[in-house]
Amino acid sequence: MKLDELASRCGEWLRGSGPESDIVISTRIRLARNLADFPFIRRCTDADRLAIEKAVRDAIERVESWRDRVDYVNVAELPAVDRQFLVERQLISRELADAEGARGVAIEAGETFAVMINEEDHIRLQVMHSGLDLQGAWDQINEIDSRLEEFVNFAFHEQLGYLTACPTNVGTGMRVSVMLHLPALVITRQIDKVFRSLQKISLAVRGLYGEGSQAMGDFYQISNQITLGRSEETLLKQVGDVVPVLIDYERRAREFLIKESQKDLHDRVSRAYGILCTAQTISSEETMHLLSSVRMGINLGLIEDLEIPTVNKLFIHTQPAHLQKLRGIELDTSDRNIERAHYLQRHLLRKSGENGAEKN
Amino acid sequence: MKCQHCEKPATFHITELTGAVPQELHLCEEHARQYLTQPEDQAEAQPTVSEAINKQMKLGQTAEELAKLDQRSCPVCGITFYEFRNQGRLGCPHDYVCFAAELEPLLVNIHGETQHRGKRPKRGAEGTDRQTDLIRLRREMKEAIEQEDYEGASQLRDKIRRIEKEGQAS
Repeated sequence: MKLDELASRCGEWLRGSGPESDIVISTRIRLARNLADFPFIRRCTDADRLAIEKAVRDAIERVESWRDRVDYVNVAELPAVDRQFLVERQLISRELADAEGARGVAIEAGETFAVMINEEDHIRLQVMHSGLDLQGAWDQINEIDSRLEEFVNFAFHEQLGYLTACPTNVGTGMRVSVMLHLPALVITRQIDKVFRSLQKISLAVRGLYGEGSQAMGDFYQISNQITLGRSEETLLKQVGDVVPVLIDYERRAREFLIKESQKDLHDRVSRAYGILCTAQTISSEETMHLLSSVRMGINLGLIEDLEIPTVNKLFIHTQPAHLQKLRGIELDTSDRNIERAHYLQRHLLRKSGENGAEKN
Repeated sequence: MKCQHCEKPATFHITELTGAVPQELHLCEEHARQYLTQPEDQAEAQPTVSEAINKQMKLGQTAEELAKLDQRSCPVCGITFYEFRNQGRLGCPHDYVCFAAELEPLLVNIHGETQHRGKRPKRGAEGTDRQTDLIRLRREMKEAIEQEDYEGASQLRDKIRRIEKEGQAS
């Protein structure tokens, strides 16, 4: 697979289409699986890791319908910038990028699914759909799991279900997460309150890049914490029930801002747009922060000459590794900040309407 | 309407549903902000697995019992309970069997349940013994090599190959 080709595209998760896509960015599901005849990763020798990698790769290659559609990337052999690139695209986890020893990821051409090998568990299946699409994502990952199961033996226990290296994932091994863009709840300072109430019903809230990451660009991931004792359908429903409530809160917060402080809001959005168009050097954090305001501004009709897909693309293309891949050279932090500012100018000052066909 | 806490007009009307009875609050922007961002017990970070298990283990066990438990190791992968307790990660599928009694309260704590519901593999859990044998034999082979017992290692290697072949045939 040519990573450079991926770089110019937007990827599935920031495509910006699908139901409720003004607020819901993407729906992801992952399943944790382990081979029954190997120790879990922490107890693996180098030979074990190689054997696991080979067994899973072989199984993937034997799935008829994936031929020509799924490419294997040997993560252990990738330079650091390429590993970071895959993390930014959410095709691999930070943990897989930073690990040592044999490991890899099989990626479907449309980037809707990826199979990580030798992460915390031997296998981490992941499906990603744009917008809110829990059922579609589950149907796809369920199918992927069943295909693989024909060729490998998963560690499974009659009472405890699928066995995982960490007891927090045992049972279904499933983590359902929905990524939401919640700038108005952040501005009105209601976000902490919302999250505390989610924790009470055992849902977890994380930032853009998973565990421990800051909520960059006002993106938040809501996911189930419990994996044992509830069926996949129940877990989907648990997350599915709460998402419309959060969408409603965010919409109401936006209405409130429009009604009570339209001037301030319009000012904030316009300034953000102005800085992005004219800055000469800008960090990734500041870019995310400002793009978040611009994105909301477009959805509220405060900015009219810019489309959501363009903004979504800028969110991913201004990430450090993406900038370097697109530019084709390695850049240090200060050079990246200059390159980022140029990139933003080129894409924001360009005549609008070019992306009109992609409008959703 | 005035804010409940000061003379400013109340612009935030909050219905608190987390208590026993719904509670109406009418606050100005400043007091609403204070109210909405007040720290709560639940807001603290989720404990890690090893923190959870260490807490669990200290309940109802003497230091002596715990020290004895820490020494116990899995006959298949060799991980000690102490290692699991510290790293929060298990060593192999068989750990769920050999540390079952210790894991149960932890699973209840995390998930509130101990009985899996949902998908199961079509081919079932048959052949589990063969698979745990493989994990154990591979470890024994590695240990034999480390001790320069090459004869023992080669016998183990033949045994492993035989079991692997049986598995493919079935």
